[in-house]
Parts: sequence; C-alpha cells; structure tokens
Amino acid sequence: MSSRDRILGRVQRALADVPQDDTPYEQAIPRDYLREHGARRVAETVDLLAENLADYRALVHRCAAGELPTVIAGLLADRKATSVLVPPGLDEDWLAATEVTRVADRPESTPQELDRVDSVVTACAVAVAETGTIVLDGGPDQGRRRVTLVPDHHICVVRVPDQVVSSVPQALERLDPTRALTWISGPSATSDIELDRVEGVHGPRTLEVVLVESGSGPDDPC
Amino acid sequence: MSGTYLGMPAFPVAAHEAVANETLRGNLRHATHTIRAKRAKAVAEVSDWAELREAGKRIKDHTLRHLDRYLEQLEASVTAAGGTVHWAADADEANRIVADLVKETGESEVVKVKSMATQEIGLNEALEAEGIHAYETDLAELIVQLGKDRPSHILVPAIHRNRGEIRDIFRSEMGEWGRPAPEGLTDTPAELAEAARLHLREKFLRAKVGISGANFMVAETGTLVVVESEGNGRMCLTLPETLISVVGIEKIVPTWRDLEVFLQTLPRSSTAERMNPYTSMWTGTTDGDGPQNFHLVLLDNGRTDTLADEVGRQALRCIRCSACLNVCPVYERAGGHAYGSVYPGPIGAILSPQLRGTQSAIDASLPYASSLCGACYEVCPVAIDIPEVLVHLRERVAEGGEVVREGNKVVLQPAKGHAAERAAMRAARWAFTHPGALRGGQRLASRTRRLHPRSLPGPGRAWSGTRDLPALPAEPFRDWWQRTHGSKGAAK
Repeated sequence: MSSRDRILGRVQRALADVPQDDTPYEQAIPRDYLREHGARRVAETVDLLAENLADYRALVHRCAAGELPTVIAGLLADRKATSVLVPPGLDEDWLAATEVTRVADRPESTPQELDRVDSVVTACAVAVAETGTIVLDGGPDQGRRRVTLVPDHHICVVRVPDQVVSSVPQALERLDPTRALTWISGPSATSDIELDRVEGVHGPRTLEVVLVESGSGPDDPC
Repeated sequence: MSGTYLGMPAFPVAAHEAVANETLRGNLRHATHTIRAKRAKAVAEVSDWAELREAGKRIKDHTLRHLDRYLEQLEASVTAAGGTVHWAADADEANRIVADLVKETGESEVVKVKSMATQEIGLNEALEAEGIHAYETDLAELIVQLGKDRPSHILVPAIHRNRGEIRDIFRSEMGEWGRPAPEGLTDTPAELAEAARLHLREKFLRAKVGISGANFMVAETGTLVVVESEGNGRMCLTLPETLISVVGIEKIVPTWRDLEVFLQTLPRSSTAERMNPYTSMWTGTTDGDGPQNFHLVLLDNGRTDTLADEVGRQALRCIRCSACLNVCPVYERAGGHAYGSVYPGPIGAILSPQLRGTQSAIDASLPYASSLCGACYEVCPVAIDIPEVLVHLRERVAEGGEVVREGNKVVLQPAKGHAAERAAMRAARWAFTHPGALRGGQRLASRTRRLHPRSLPGPGRAWSGTRDLPALPAEPFRDWWQRTHGSKGAAK
C-alpha cells in the first residue's frame, strides 16, 4: 500500500463520526467579520496607508505624477547609489531624471551579481492601508521576486488611490493566486532577541515607498 | 518525533530544575511580558476579533472534518501548477524522502526556513547522517543551532537566551560554521542582527536547495504560504533551484478567500504586528522566477491518530502562533525545555501526547503541566479549548482506554502512579450516589474541622504540598439550606 493510500485511509477511519450530509463549506463558515475596519474617505485611506507604513519604519514619500522622476532621482542620490536594478516593464519615465547605471535582471544573472547592485525600483500590485502592506505579484513593472530581495535598498512606487485598498480581505480579492506573491510590511525585521522588534536582517534594510497621485485630482470625494 | 527528546524526564522533574535557573526565569519573564501587552494592543485594534476567531475556528474544523477530500484536492492543484507531491506516514519516511530529493540534486548543503514540522521529525539530524549539512537561517534557529541547544518556544526558539548569551554564542561559534562574528561585536540587538546577516549572506547566495514548511496550503489553488519577518524565508524560497516543503496535513485551508481570516489573526497573535514584514505565497513553480523544482512532502506523523479523537482533534486547528505560550503562567516559570518536545507550552501539552502517544514518562506527564487557568484558550486565535483537551488527556492517562496509534486501534492500560487518584474518584462517586452517607460525612467533617491537618497524609501529600486545603464551613450547605429555606421548599 502506498503511503498516500495509507494516510487517506487513516483519515477516513478517523472521521467515521462525520455524517455524510455534514454542513457544506458554504454554510459552515460564518462570514460576519468586517470587510474593512471603519469608514474612511479615499484620501483618508491613503493617509492611513502612509501612517502604517511609517509605523513599521518604511520611509514614505508623496508626490504628484509629474514629480516622480525627480523624487526617485533624489532618493537614489541621497543613498549614493551607483547602480539600480530595473524590472523589464518599469515605466522608463520614472528613471528619466537619474544618471545611475541601470542593471537588468537577466535569467542568467547570479544572486552574487544582484548583491552588488545598490538599489531597486519597482511598482506594486496593491497596497493595504490597514496593515501598511505593499504586495508584489511579479508583474513586468515589478520583476522576479529576487530583485526586491537581494539589494539592500528598495524603492516601491504605489499609484494612489487606484492601487490602495483598505483591508486584507479586499487585497486578496484583487490578487491572482496563480502568481508568486510577496507581501511586504516595512523593512526586514526580527523579534528573535528578547521578543522585541529590530529592523534590518536579510531583506532590504531600507524600504522607501513613494505614493504617487495618479493623474486626476488628489482629493476626490468618496 | 525527534529522537532528541527520547528519554526526557517527566515534566515535574525537568520543570523543577528549570525553575531554579534564575537567568532563564528572568529571560522568559522579560520576553513573555513584553509580547503580552503588545498582543493585547494589536488585537484590540480590530473590532471584529471575536468574529474572525470564530471564522478561523470553523474553517479549520470544517477542513479537518473533510480532510481526505481537501488533501486530494490540494494534491491535484499543486501537481497542476508544476509541483510534485509526496506523502510521508511518519518522521522516518519524510526524512528519507527529503534526503533522497537532496541527493538527486547532487548538493551536500541546504538552507532552511524555520519550520516546526522539520524540527518535529528531526530532519537536520537525519540529513547530517546522510552527509548533508542543513543551515538554519531564522535568527533564533541559528542561535539554537550554533549553541548546540534545543528550541524552547514555537515562534522564538531561543527565547531562553538573552542578548549577552547570544553575543557569546555568536563570538565563539560562528567561525566554525562559516563567516565569523565581526570583531568587537556588542550585545545590542541591531548588531547581533547584522552579524547574522553577514554570516548567512554567502550561504543564501550560493544555495541550490531550500527547505521550508508552510503556514497554510490552499486546497483550491495549490498555493503555499510562509509568514516571516527577517527575509530569510524569502531567500530560501526564491534563490535556490530546488525547493522542498515539508508540511503537516492539517495545514490546509479550503479556499483562497480563507486566507483573509488567518492573515489578520496570525500576525497579531504571534508577533503582535498588524502584519509581519514578509509573507510569501507561491503556487507550484513560476517560469523564470524562483525554484524551478518544487516538492511538497505531506506529513502525517501522528496527525491522523490525533484526528481520530473527537475531543483531542481540535488541537489540529493550531496555526502555531504561540500566543498561548506567552500568557501561560506555567510556561513562564518552567520554560520550554521542560516540555520535552518542539511544541512547548499549553499547545505542546495537548499536541505532543497526541502526536506521540502517552506511553513515555514525559508524554504521560504533559497533560498535568497546567493549572487549568484557561488563559491559553482565551488568547487562542482558533479557539482551541486547551483546558478541555488537557482534562480529556488526563482521563486517558489515568483510566486508559481505546486510542488510535499509527492508524490502528489499541487499548491503553491505566497508567501506573494514579492509583490514589482513581481511588479518590471511586470514593467520590460512591459518596455522591449515597446521599445519606454524603450527609453524614459532611456533618462529621464540619464538626471535626478544628482537628483537620493543614496538609494531607500519605499519597495526598503531593497534592497538598503546593495547595491550601479548602476551609470547611461550620455547617454543611445542605443543612443550612434546610434550616433557612426548608419550610418554603416543602410548601411548594
């Protein structure tokens, strides 16, 4: 007998008490928890995102669409970055104001090569205000998972308010489970020394999030 | 479970030594009190905590009640997404599967994400015996591995170590394993974290095989989820060419949507954060991104035996947050090692004796490693009634009876050493079914109360050694009731 059959057989015998007509999944789970916590105007949701990102030590910057290239160039300059990883589908305009050497993540690039790059600039798939989280789904403007992992400095651009949701349930609705997803809430951290949080272990130790107002008016009514 | 724990003394013996260690007690008190207050604050932020907790409980219960169906669905989803699924009935089989998969790659070292399942099966030791070095990459696991120590907490395995001890371990041991600790390393947490970053960096960058567990597996989509803080998880899940995940069969949730509950309750319960720094989700393999070979090893190792117990099976709802450890007065004083298992604290006291059976001295003693105060139940994000299961397991130890071991029904004999307990229970049963005798006994006890000793003689001494005997009233309740309400009762 294969172990698969053995385990499934054990499970079935263990569940002899469960009736054939046991409550189906749809009715077994009460879904009376909230879809989001509190009522907020769109602008307030964006403010909450900025606040929660900063609370977990991400550096938050806000700007209008036209200012984005200058802001990114400034962040790279402040960091004294000489090279920046660029996902294949990143909007070329975003890096229009910087002279820093662009590095592409080719399939044959080794992790050691990526480790020599100073910074990485990406977009994101969605951002969650209540938890201060950005989610990457490996889209062309975000690149492979490793590009946002190995360099020590990650600049992530969030288009607000379009890419911002309030809550975790709303974020999951927007995401495609077949893609490799990375949820990021602040820079790498640990609670392993005396259960107290310290920032900066293996992932990027500096996370900068740029909230860029997408085209239309910044303060649309809810 | 791991051979490391075979022959552990019973909990009271091990705990007796632990409580005498003042450094250990200080470290544990500091850490658990720090996290307790933070967790309460993080939970208070969400007004629907009770509803989320109930939903989490029901999702897990429903899954367990139909586990065969969801396991088959998960296998199909993972396979369709490019992964390979293996089934392991016990620890030895899981270790063999993993060792063979590593050997197939031709590699002799692997990097590991912190994983309770691989701790439970003693994977590192099994791989070492096959000439494969497994490097732990979680900071606390690294501290335990470098210190040739055992884990003492689910979330923070090195919780029993303070910063000074960690610095000493890094200074003396890191050089043996790779890059030595930086010169002049101090005990500030930021410097210690930096030392771990430097030490492990070269290992991550050259790793060809990664080994992980998973917090959740979604049956509907075949998605695995790893929740972490440091980025070591992302390194192990992303950079290697081959990824092997060893996951207990109870880690399934039916649908993608179900994650919306646990991604809210787990971080707040474990590290008291709104969200942990990194959560990785992957479904099979992704072309050109991350490991191109993905193996999922589904682990039983006592879980189906636990599932067969209608009261005890709720322990399989556990999402390993460790909130119950952090609030437990017994854990705070005895520490994790006394529990003789990778699963310490209240959840360990009900999980270990079910996964391993109650035959050994340590497992038979674990259901008693509690004052039944119920703080664990109150903080549990999936509402496991730990006191209920503790009492249930005490009954099993004292009375014996039918249980399932490795898929077979066996009848346990009552454990030795509980004769006095059984005699007391029999006497109580007799007294409560003979009202005349009970009344006579109560009156006699009340009238002689000035003569009662402060502690019990004989076998009762162990019980009264740590407890005050209850003070008896001058008049039994039933006599008082008869005297003050007797006529009214009769008039009705």
